Amino acid sequence: MSALPSFDEVLASYDPAMGLEVHVELNTNSKMFCGCPTAFGAEPNTQVCPTCLGLPGAMPVVNAKGVEAAIRIGLALNCEIAEWCRFARKNYFYPDMPKNFQTSQYDEPIAFEGYLDVDVDGDTFRVEIERAHMEEDTGKATHVGGATGRIQGADYSLIDYNRAGIPLIEIVTKPILGAGERAPEVAKAYVAALRELIVALGVSDARMDQGSIRADVNLSLAPKAPAGSTAGEVVLGTRSETKNVNSLRSVERAVRYEMQRHASVLDAGGKVLQETRHWHEDTGVTTSGREKSDAEDYRYFPEPDLVPVAPSREWVEELRGTLPELPWVRRARLQAEWGFSDLEMRDTVGAGAFDLVEQTIAEGSAPQAARKWWLTELARRANETGVDVAELGVSPAQVAAVQRLVEGGTINDKLARQVFDGLLAGEGTPEEIVAARGLEIVSDDGALSAAVDKAIAENPDIADKIRDGKVAAAGALIGAVMKEMRGQADAGRVRELVLEKLA
Amino acid sequence: MSTQSAWLTKSAAELAAALAAGEVTSVELTQAHLDRIAAVDGNAEAGVHAFLHVDTEGALAEAAASDARRAAGEPLSELDGVPVAVKDVLTTTGLPTTCGSKILEGWVPPYDATVVRKLKAAGLPILGKTNMDEFAMGSSTEHSAYGPTRNPWALDRIPGGSGGGSAAAVAAYEAPLALGTDTGGSIRQPGAVTGTVGVKPTYGALSRYGLVAMANSLDQVGPVTRTVLDAALLHELVGGHDPLDSTSIDAPVPALAAAAREGALGDLSGLKVGVIQELAGEGYQPGVLARFNEAVELLVGAGAEVVEVSCPSFVHALATYYLVMPCEASSNLAKFDAMRYGLRVLPEGVDAPSAEEVMRASRDAGFGDEVKRRIILGTYALSSGYYDAYYGQAQKVRTLISRDFEAAFASVDVLVSPTAPTTAFKLGEKLDDPLAMYLNDLATIPANLAGVPGMSLPAGLADEDGLPVGFQILAPATEDARLYRVGGALEALLEKKWGGPLLAQNPTLASLESAATEGAAR
Ligand SMILES: [Zn+2]
Repeated sequence: MSALPSFDEVLASYDPAMGLEVHVELNTNSKMFCGCPTAFGAEPNTQVCPTCLGLPGAMPVVNAKGVEAAIRIGLALNCEIAEWCRFARKNYFYPDMPKNFQTSQYDEPIAFEGYLDVDVDGDTFRVEIERAHMEEDTGKATHVGGATGRIQGADYSLIDYNRAGIPLIEIVTKPILGAGERAPEVAKAYVAALRELIVALGVSDARMDQGSIRADVNLSLAPKAPAGSTAGEVVLGTRSETKNVNSLRSVERAVRYEMQRHASVLDAGGKVLQETRHWHEDTGVTTSGREKSDAEDYRYFPEPDLVPVAPSREWVEELRGTLPELPWVRRARLQAEWGFSDLEMRDTVGAGAFDLVEQTIAEGSAPQAARKWWLTELARRANETGVDVAELGVSPAQVAAVQRLVEGGTINDKLARQVFDGLLAGEGTPEEIVAARGLEIVSDDGALSAAVDKAIAENPDIADKIRDGKVAAAGALIGAVMKEMRGQADAGRVRELVLEKLA
Repeated sequence: MSTQSAWLTKSAAELAAALAAGEVTSVELTQAHLDRIAAVDGNAEAGVHAFLHVDTEGALAEAAASDARRAAGEPLSELDGVPVAVKDVLTTTGLPTTCGSKILEGWVPPYDATVVRKLKAAGLPILGKTNMDEFAMGSSTEHSAYGPTRNPWALDRIPGGSGGGSAAAVAAYEAPLALGTDTGGSIRQPGAVTGTVGVKPTYGALSRYGLVAMANSLDQVGPVTRTVLDAALLHELVGGHDPLDSTSIDAPVPALAAAAREGALGDLSGLKVGVIQELAGEGYQPGVLARFNEAVELLVGAGAEVVEVSCPSFVHALATYYLVMPCEASSNLAKFDAMRYGLRVLPEGVDAPSAEEVMRASRDAGFGDEVKRRIILGTYALSSGYYDAYYGQAQKVRTLISRDFEAAFASVDVLVSPTAPTTAFKLGEKLDDPLAMYLNDLATIPANLAGVPGMSLPAGLADEDGLPVGFQILAPATEDARLYRVGGALEALLEKKWGGPLLAQNPTLASLESAATEGAAR
């Protein structure tokens, strides 16, 4: 394959259009249409029943918790909630589909016409949502043998139906236009924001690595509109659909790669195929899956075994009342409350310390102090041991307690580091560690006065400078005193004593 | 025990009374019916062939348990100990369920259909599973992959379909009660041509959980019996809401047996009966129309007011049905892919067949022609670009048919028509002409499309061939009790005229046993 054009070259000639389809696996206790449990990681084919195995005669019954989650997601995405909608059968043959149709929704989704505002480097980009609909997951096929891990060429396949029937919400965007060079970032920011929203709603484990959030990336390129031309009708190019992109970083990379691949095809005068593509995390490329042709006719029709879903307006409003504060709204509110700069805020979120800082403040710490401890001292230690700062083993309450000791003058910042050592070594509460390690600052004038006298005697030149009014030189004497006192001196009081004695 | 046991010809209500009075045991009754089956049912080549599987051991064990309960004074229900037959489209734990298809040969479901569970919970021994057109697709039971059922009135004639097995079993005294299913007439039309009673309840009145679906929006389980009261008793027993079927009606089962008993008193004054113009006249056998008209006169004699009503959309019912049903069926039958259960056929001449090749070979070998015909029809009609013109349009006509019913029921309490346009035709007569076969369901289909309840009961014998004629009663949705009241009255009036049940006039009954034996000896 010839070298792909650079990203800048792509942008010089084409405008990208994206569509993102995100599948969210709900964390309901039971499956969408039967009572089987949904726990992840059980022995294969142990969480199944006649309904989710598609045995002859078995019937589905809608899980009300699944509908509730779908409505809450829809509301959080600023969608309209259908007053009446139905499930539909999506018919196609595949061994991991127990009934050879998937119970989904077609032209009557539970939620539609919404949007999600996402932050891309400080700018807000509005992603319009076309629909969010309910459906069931398929079984999980493992193809054994063969080179590709796909069904073609495999020696045999194993199917685990534990996953069959687990509720999914599929969230589909409208075509995302005008993102230009930021298309990859917008895609990533959208999936990240959506994931955060799902977490805040508490409706899914939201683990991309376990597949509880899966993104499909549709991408097409259109020739760049000439500069100054009026925005007329948007003509979209042929799209590819890259399946199961399972990390935020991969979403960004897949968009970038597909933009370059499409451009290379178009530059060579070729035609982009409408097809499903597979993303390869390791090599960072997509490869062709099956071609989507006219043969892909799902023959949708309303599911006759289920009654329509008709959520009352009262229920919808009740559910609206359960929506949590949106994560980014909450962040903006707390940033203002705490007085953090944009940079401080971004660093805090970026370090994964936002919740920790918030809890530390809730435990009584000053905001800046809380930020300081988590982003410097504790982040460094987490980095050294290779764990997330949240998993370091220091609690927000402990950090707040350390800060209280600092503010009360019992210890200073430098001594606080030793307290953290003690905490990580499991030596007890911060107070116990200060006592056991003898870290308490000396503010007794007798001991301090003797140390100051000693420092003055040992540094006559500096003492003279201070006597001559060069107060800035006091730092050197204070440093000497602190050294003498092994850091356990009240630096403020030492300064006062130095200046008094040399006045 | 003799296969001519006097108990065989009793109604289920009479058997229940005898059991309660200690005049007979459930084991005796069950054994008598098993003996009768052994004597007359024969096999695919000869005999009635109403049963695909007979559960001698299971039925007798349940009968013994029932006798123990009776002895202890703790029967589970009024019908505890009365044996019953079940159409092979309803799942039964431990008993094969084939739906009359090769593709499910040998499949034993791990769960009971809700109606079967209710039979068991009420203590009714299950004699076995009855024959049917493959996946309930047909009007003659000739499309069973296991050979046809024969009409006990004339063994060279069809017993109707798809539930010919259940109707023939009841008509031949092989079972006092049976369950059937009715998607376009599969309970009522077999009832009509075998001289028995069949009821398609209101859509949702009985659970469909465990009914292997042909067309989910049309299918309904119902009773197949020899008397209207028996149908009411069985309907009450298995009816009601089921949390496993969200389309089932969440309301108490109406008092149906009481309605049947009230009707049997013969007073229908105040009742308004509508004769459906579109379902009587051209295309109907003269003998069928004659018996129908006489029955209507009997209703008038009992005090009913009879008027003619028009349901103009009914002329489109058959076309509508043959779009809705295949569409749903094509999707329902997709699950039979040889991957998890049922027949698996490896394609010939393929070294390491793929899943797709195995699916194709198995479906090709496992499904019969009528099933394939409907899968193809449905797949085509649902295809993109055709959906609106076919399935979408059919749903609109369905609405029109419902409106016709609503308009009619605004002025009358029940509607009546002949159940089927003809009496039982000869085996093989219409096998090569699907359209002629489909016409059999002309009068029964509208009720399925609209979800309203319908009953067929014997109206007498046609002059030209001496075969049973069915009389159909239709009521508004959830007003199933009206069927039993009117049916109970008509049955009483007719039996008074005949001097007993119509089945007693069956000239072939006496020779069923020898027919089966001779067939087996051949
Ligand atoms: Zn299940």
